[in-house]
Amino acid sequence: MATEATGGGLEFKPMEQFEVKALFGETVAWYTPTNVTLWLFLTALAAISLLVLGSRGRAIVPSRAQSVAELTYGLVHKMIEDIAGKEGLRYFPYILTLFLFVAFANLLGLVPMAFTVTSHIAVTGILAMAVFVGVTAIGFIKNGAHFLDLFWVRSAPLAVRPILAVIEVISYFVRPLSLSIRLAGNMIAGHAVIKVFAGFAAIAAVAPVAVVAVVGMYAFEVLVALVQAYVFTILTCVYLKDALHPSH
Amino acid sequence: MFSLLQEAATTAVEITGEEAVVIDETAPHAADAHTYGDAAHYAAESAGLPQLDVTTFGNQIFWLVVTLVVLYLVLSRVAVPRIAAVLSDRQGALTGDLMAAEEFKQKAREAEAAYDKALAEARSEAQRIVAQNRAEIQAELERAIAKADAEIAARTAESEARIREIRASADQSAREVARDVTAALVESLGGTADAAAIDAALDSRMKGFVQ
Repeated sequence: MATEATGGGLEFKPMEQFEVKALFGETVAWYTPTNVTLWLFLTALAAISLLVLGSRGRAIVPSRAQSVAELTYGLVHKMIEDIAGKEGLRYFPYILTLFLFVAFANLLGLVPMAFTVTSHIAVTGILAMAVFVGVTAIGFIKNGAHFLDLFWVRSAPLAVRPILAVIEVISYFVRPLSLSIRLAGNMIAGHAVIKVFAGFAAIAAVAPVAVVAVVGMYAFEVLVALVQAYVFTILTCVYLKDALHPSH
Repeated sequence: MFSLLQEAATTAVEITGEEAVVIDETAPHAADAHTYGDAAHYAAESAGLPQLDVTTFGNQIFWLVVTLVVLYLVLSRVAVPRIAAVLSDRQGALTGDLMAAEEFKQKAREAEAAYDKALAEARSEAQRIVAQNRAEIQAELERAIAKADAEIAARTAESEARIREIRASADQSAREVARDVTAALVESLGGTADAAAIDAALDSRMKGFVQ
């Protein structure tokens, strides 16, 4: 799709799909509706459709859509309860928002011709920073200075503790980076690989192999899309647990 | 996407003139550059990853925040309370049904106990009635037997009296016949019938036969 056999040669432009373009006009200012805006909007719409329209019936015996909505709700709810405990459930709506947003952004990005918002480091960076800042704030508000116990491993011998503290601090501040790059990296890589395979489809000899490879990669990417959403959410829960119960 | 790509490519080619570089960048940014050289340089630099194009960050972040806020508000105000209500309703209905079932079970157990009790009572009542009837019949029977015994005894006594009477009269008759026969015999043999002697003889002879 992204390649054009111009000038007799193959051209691979696997990254072109990630370009941010204004929907109307040329310039991209901060308020311009772009393809990012469109797909963010569609992501929100899909998430709202699932949970709000799905649960519209409020049936005791749920319809199929309501079952899926309830399963999604239950999945996130149970995840928070299992990892962060009952206190973590206060932040359930936000974590549910995160999960649905990432899951639907990833899945909608797999629609042919779509734009994957979660493939952008700016988007995943903001998501990760929101988690990082929020969790740090919760940690300090709930535990005060005791939150710093997170970095002072009391179960370790005293001599090792300062070294561990340095490592803990570094790993703590790397969290938003790893969180955002993991998600964006997975999305970029998967989509780029699909495009590269699709580019090979222009050569008649390898076209069947390329098509099979695209189909295989696509199936794999659907899995990756959901797994990454799950990983993002579960790590958020783990960080929340650290904020709520900082002692090791 | 083909058309978009072609458009971008055409624009890029227009800007870079005769250069054979395919500029992988949107027209606006290329247009920002004043000279062809700058444009080519910029394009080459950002050809790698659109993700690293800082100029679009503001736009992305703005719309992301808008989306997240909207999504959060809708989910936390509408979806979460609604699904929570549905789930707790279901839980409540389940618990209610289970409790109702337990209640019915309890009722059934009570009914069974009452039935068993009634059955046992009826059985013991029947046994009591049977025993009572048996006792009554027994008493009646005994009364009848006693009455019959008394009657039998009376009849026996009466019969015995009559037998005794008959025997006595028979005795008497036999004695008279014997005396008459003896007297007649004695007379026919030429003797005189001495009544006293005959009686004594008879008495001694009949001692063995008649008491």
